[in-house]
Amino acid sequence: MQEKMTGKEPLLEIKNIFASTEDLTILKGVDITIQPGEIHAIMGRNGCGKSTLSKIIAGHPAYKINQGSITFKGKNIKSLEPEERAKSGIFLGFQYPIEIPGVSNLEFLRVATNARRKFLKQQELDTFEFEDLVKEKLELVKMDYAFLNRSINQGFSGGEKKRNEILQMALLNPEIAILDETDSGLDIDALRIVASGIKKIANKENGIILITHYQRLLDEIKPDFVHVMANGQIIKTGDCKLALELEKNGYEWTDQLSQDS
Amino acid sequence: MINENLVSNVVTEPYKYGFVTDIETEKISKGLNEEIIRLISRKKDEPEYLLNFRLKAFKKWQKMEEPNWADLGYKKIDYQDIIYYSAPKQKEKKSSLDEVDPKLLETFDKLGIPLTEQKRLTNVAVDAVFDSVSIATTYKEQLAEHGVIFCSISEAVKEHSALIEKYLGSVVPASDNYFAALNSAVFSDGSFVYIPKGVECPMDLSSYFRINSGDSGQFERTLIIAEESSTVSYLEGCTAPMFDTNTLHAAVVELIALDNASIKYSTVQNWYAGNENGVGGIFNFVTKRGKCLGKKSKISWSQVETGSAITWKYPSCILLGEESIGEFYSVALTNNLQQADTGTKMIHIGAKTKSTIVSKGISAGKSSNSYRGLVKMGSKATGSRNYSQCDSMLIGDQASANTFPYIQSQQPNSEVEHEASTCRISEDQLFYLQSRGIEFEEAVSMMVSGFCRDVFNQLPMEFAAEADKLLALKLEGSVG
Repeated sequence: MQEKMTGKEPLLEIKNIFASTEDLTILKGVDITIQPGEIHAIMGRNGCGKSTLSKIIAGHPAYKINQGSITFKGKNIKSLEPEERAKSGIFLGFQYPIEIPGVSNLEFLRVATNARRKFLKQQELDTFEFEDLVKEKLELVKMDYAFLNRSINQGFSGGEKKRNEILQMALLNPEIAILDETDSGLDIDALRIVASGIKKIANKENGIILITHYQRLLDEIKPDFVHVMANGQIIKTGDCKLALELEKNGYEWTDQLSQDS
Repeated sequence: MINENLVSNVVTEPYKYGFVTDIETEKISKGLNEEIIRLISRKKDEPEYLLNFRLKAFKKWQKMEEPNWADLGYKKIDYQDIIYYSAPKQKEKKSSLDEVDPKLLETFDKLGIPLTEQKRLTNVAVDAVFDSVSIATTYKEQLAEHGVIFCSISEAVKEHSALIEKYLGSVVPASDNYFAALNSAVFSDGSFVYIPKGVECPMDLSSYFRINSGDSGQFERTLIIAEESSTVSYLEGCTAPMFDTNTLHAAVVELIALDNASIKYSTVQNWYAGNENGVGGIFNFVTKRGKCLGKKSKISWSQVETGSAITWKYPSCILLGEESIGEFYSVALTNNLQQADTGTKMIHIGAKTKSTIVSKGISAGKSSNSYRGLVKMGSKATGSRNYSQCDSMLIGDQASANTFPYIQSQQPNSEVEHEASTCRISEDQLFYLQSRGIEFEEAVSMMVSGFCRDVFNQLPMEFAAEADKLLALKLEGSVG
């Protein structure tokens, strides 16, 4: 494994993925490769398969991979449980973060952080050490400590939920983060906070996939690559200019592309 | 559909209390009639009034019908096919623990309730009941120094007859219901607690009920009396071996709290629940009731019900004394084919009485779990208040949960509040936790303990931790 690292080994390599849920095929041959330090944006109409792509990377049990491979740091992860993927450094920021009544956000964050740390052979944090760490990370997303004493996402506003996702990302320090429409439903201030949080977490070692509909997130975080998805496939890949074109011409323009291809 | 592979990989922990103690027992013949009752009474060398109490109860029972309103499904019980008295053979009088059969001590050791002086639990006095009899009570002498009486009910009949005569059946009369009548006729042992005026019981008291025989029922009776300004915390635990027949457990518990007295009664019930196909398990038909007789008295029930094939119990409070307080905190978990119908009755009679009900039902597998509760505001209960919260959690898609709140108010100046909710552990919730690196089982158990937190907070420390573990254990492999 170490020998391979000498070259430019991709962090995440998705090859010709076909995936379905409830017998409905959604992904029809997706390829994407992410190198350390890269930020990718995936855009496309609702229902084109963006969220499915994020879910199969994270290992959602409702989606089945029928063909193709997902390789994370040289290892096929197709048969790994979601928690094993998470511990090894894959993070999914949910489009609709789930509410879990009765389970304290703080406890949840601590258990999750320690699961990841244990995997990394780092010392697990006790409640006090964790408190110090989480206070530092709360700064990133401008959240109040009081958030932590509430149940996970329960009664959070849309913006608070998304900030909680970024807080989790900051604590888990993933190598690949897929952020599924993290910008949707945010007002301008919240968007700036979330975007600046993401930028602070992004570094030369990790890779980020931003799934989004809007240029405004990409104004804040400049992607290295932009992919346009339609009908379960990536139909065009370009640099950040592609997103601007898309903004200008709308998805109808990509429908044209889809037919041409 | 949820993580099928993972679920099938989960090792289901067997019921670890399912062993049988091989011990010679003295059993009377099967069946129930006046002769049997006289025989039980004779064996216990009881005074006349108690025999009469039994016989009267038996006559009433014969005229009563087995209740079916709880809509529980089970094969009709043949009351003539049950042994009503079963006791391990040992010397008549045990002057010390040394004379208790080592096999019995070993049994309780194995259950985590060591009784011998060297090993006994440090902060809890234990009355250990094996089938029909109490075999040992620890810390009796130390408690006696404070005037606290803690002994088996059989011993209390002999030593503290006046208290028994005065209070036995004063909260749950023999005619109260079918199973209470049955118990009153044939009860064999149980625990007795008396806390004198002004005494705060120096340690928790606890009874541990163990059913060992497969063909005998257990009919114990507990009576707790807290005199003026006294307090006591009482814990109850129960286990039974695994048999493929059903064993009947019909207990009666009576609590009496006088002025300013407070009784906290906590139960962790883990009777054998039967196997995953619903074969075997205990029928747990229990009547528990407390009477807040005195002003500002308080009775608090907390229970964690995880075992038994069928649970049918409603620990209740009769709030007679002015400003008295009744509480009921319950977690009932059912899995496989278990059935539970449990809840409480809060009967507000005195003025300015208060009651709180917090019930959490968790149903997994194909089980059914109902909350059934009555809040009654009598005509003199002016300024009284009740708050009820009943939440159900469903795990999987084959379990069922019901809530039946009954509210009767004859007093316009009283308040009754009821909140209810039902939730389901969803695939998405599990995935959310898993996608943060949390193992599947830990995720389930986090959600379940989160759901039960309000109740666990009410349990004595050592019980709360045990309850948390017990729930996790019971749920293993249940999500699918």
